[in-house]
Amino acid sequence: MAQVTLRKIIKEYEGGVQAVKGIDLDIADHEFVVLVGPSGCGKSTTLRMIAGLEEITSGEIDIGGAVVNDVPPRDRDIAMVFQNYALYPHMSVYENMAFGLMLRKFPKEEIRRRVENAAKILDIGMLLDRKPKALSGGQRQRVAMGRAIVRDPKVFLFDEPLSNLDAKLRVQMRTEIKKVHQTVRTTTVYVTHDQVEAMTLADRVVVMNHGVIEQVGPPQELYHHPRTRFVAGFIGSPAMNFIPATVEARSGGLVLRLPQGIELAVPAARVAKYQAYAGKQVTFGIRPEHLTDTQHVSKADIAIFNAAPEVVEPMGMETLAHIRMEGAEICARLDPTVPAAPGVPMPLAADMGNMHLIDDATGLVI
Amino acid sequence: MSAASMVPGLGRRVGSLRSERRWALITAYVSLIIAAIVMLAPPLYMLLTSLKTSAEIADLGGNPWLIRTPTLENYTALLGNEMFRGFFINSILVTVMVVIVTMVISVLAAFALARMKFWGSQVLATGVFLTYLVPDTLLFIPLYQIVGGLGLLNSIWGLVLVYPTLTVPFCTWIMIGYFASIPKELDEAALIDGANWMQMLTRIFIPVALPGIIAATIFAFTVSWAAFVYPTAFITQPDSMPLTIGVVSQLIRGDTFAWGQLMAGALLAALPPVIVYAFLMDYYIAGLTAGATKG
Repeated sequence: MAQVTLRKIIKEYEGGVQAVKGIDLDIADHEFVVLVGPSGCGKSTTLRMIAGLEEITSGEIDIGGAVVNDVPPRDRDIAMVFQNYALYPHMSVYENMAFGLMLRKFPKEEIRRRVENAAKILDIGMLLDRKPKALSGGQRQRVAMGRAIVRDPKVFLFDEPLSNLDAKLRVQMRTEIKKVHQTVRTTTVYVTHDQVEAMTLADRVVVMNHGVIEQVGPPQELYHHPRTRFVAGFIGSPAMNFIPATVEARSGGLVLRLPQGIELAVPAARVAKYQAYAGKQVTFGIRPEHLTDTQHVSKADIAIFNAAPEVVEPMGMETLAHIRMEGAEICARLDPTVPAAPGVPMPLAADMGNMHLIDDATGLVI
Repeated sequence: MSAASMVPGLGRRVGSLRSERRWALITAYVSLIIAAIVMLAPPLYMLLTSLKTSAEIADLGGNPWLIRTPTLENYTALLGNEMFRGFFINSILVTVMVVIVTMVISVLAAFALARMKFWGSQVLATGVFLTYLVPDTLLFIPLYQIVGGLGLLNSIWGLVLVYPTLTVPFCTWIMIGYFASIPKELDEAALIDGANWMQMLTRIFIPVALPGIIAATIFAFTVSWAAFVYPTAFITQPDSMPLTIGVVSQLIRGDTFAWGQLMAGALLAALPPVIVYAFLMDYYIAGLTAGATKG
């Protein structure tokens, strides 16, 4: 078990393209950290640099207190689970899991004990004699995890391990991974582009974009207190609504003027914070669950306006209403009992206590 | 309504797909039968001739496709002939050694060229294949100088030295294709598991690429077994001759052709490759097509 530290890590490819632009990250012992971001944000490159599969252009990687910049992957004491499992097709499940230990010349009895223990954790004891081609996607993924567990490494690295699975299996395996981490407590770095995976698995989420870290924090912090427009929009599904707005001073308070003449009062507690933006153009951000029907709200700081949904999507436990506004398309989460129909105006309640304002010039949440 | 009636708006007959398929099958069968006749007629004629007596072969009167007095005397004469058995042993020795040398060189070269990215590896990979395009008829004169300079004329070791110039480039090419089709994550997983390059090759790549290795082995075996130009140029003494030239040089005396024994010898010489192909055909096809079809 070990902590992992990245210092000013830069990865530059031939032709001067920078995939990772000087990131700093401290991962604590036993921590489960998820790197998340869109394609090409540098998350996989970062993971591969920790694994030693990719050379770093500059900076320092430290695993368990030792700088490993020039240490080959086999001597870094890490284990990795790949997106396509990367099981050795000619070996049985047992041999796949035992391979790393055999190369490290572990005694046969110890290998058997570790493989059987990992197989028990992952519930694959009955598959040990099978070849990978005789396994389902989920079983293969378990074997790949088993191969990592038997090594008892300092760090687990996961590179989009659930991307090849169907939606149902993905949810199931997500829980499995969390269970395994709760059992073995090995420091874990997990890469995904799926923000739901990131939110559900991580102790801390690292949101990356264009080779830099946008924000690091526990899932709830990222969700409720995003620092940038990118994080606000990336975390959460459906995504946060962004509406162009102007802040206006009105008799000691502030209001947001939205398109189509909609005006929403800013809660008194936030007036001081937003005062400097009076008269300026900003972006108003609000999550779909904070934009709902008026029948099921009883909070203070509610601002009500009328809008006609363009599309209504009943989901069972909720109904999503998509509304087109000038310069924005927004989504509201309604109670399923509320009658909503396309083209029929209805009152919507915005929970302004959970609003966000984004400075258009910097992209930062105010 | 018949199956071949017109469908309004479609402008073609329903069921024409079935008739198109029937015509495609007929064309395929006719072409294949013609091709099979053209391919199989010479070996069949060889077999028939090898089972005839010299007198019957010399008699131009009867139908050459029929045997009047079948005999195995050509085979017994050849197999009883110590020199012929020597040709056979020479061919086996040369082929086995060439196959071993070829596979060791090609597997190592292909692994390096396919997986270890180093300066000039791409050019080198293409260069390897280009050398295969140079025909042996162009090379045998300079190679004669080299083999002669090494004192290996009239020695099977001379053949073991030069045959790999024919086999290594193509086998390396096959193996590059096969190794390239193995997912990159597999070697990364092995690296993280603690394997060095040699362990990665022996424990992962060779077992996974076995069909490719078998395909390359069959190719090296066939080329080496059937080589004609080099042994003709480098070997003049019967005790070092392989089958291909031994049969021709010993059974054709001036303008006298021992046709029966020539045909029997040629058929016996063709037997080992036929057996090898028959048993390993599936691997051969899988090996040759792997690089082309896998992502």
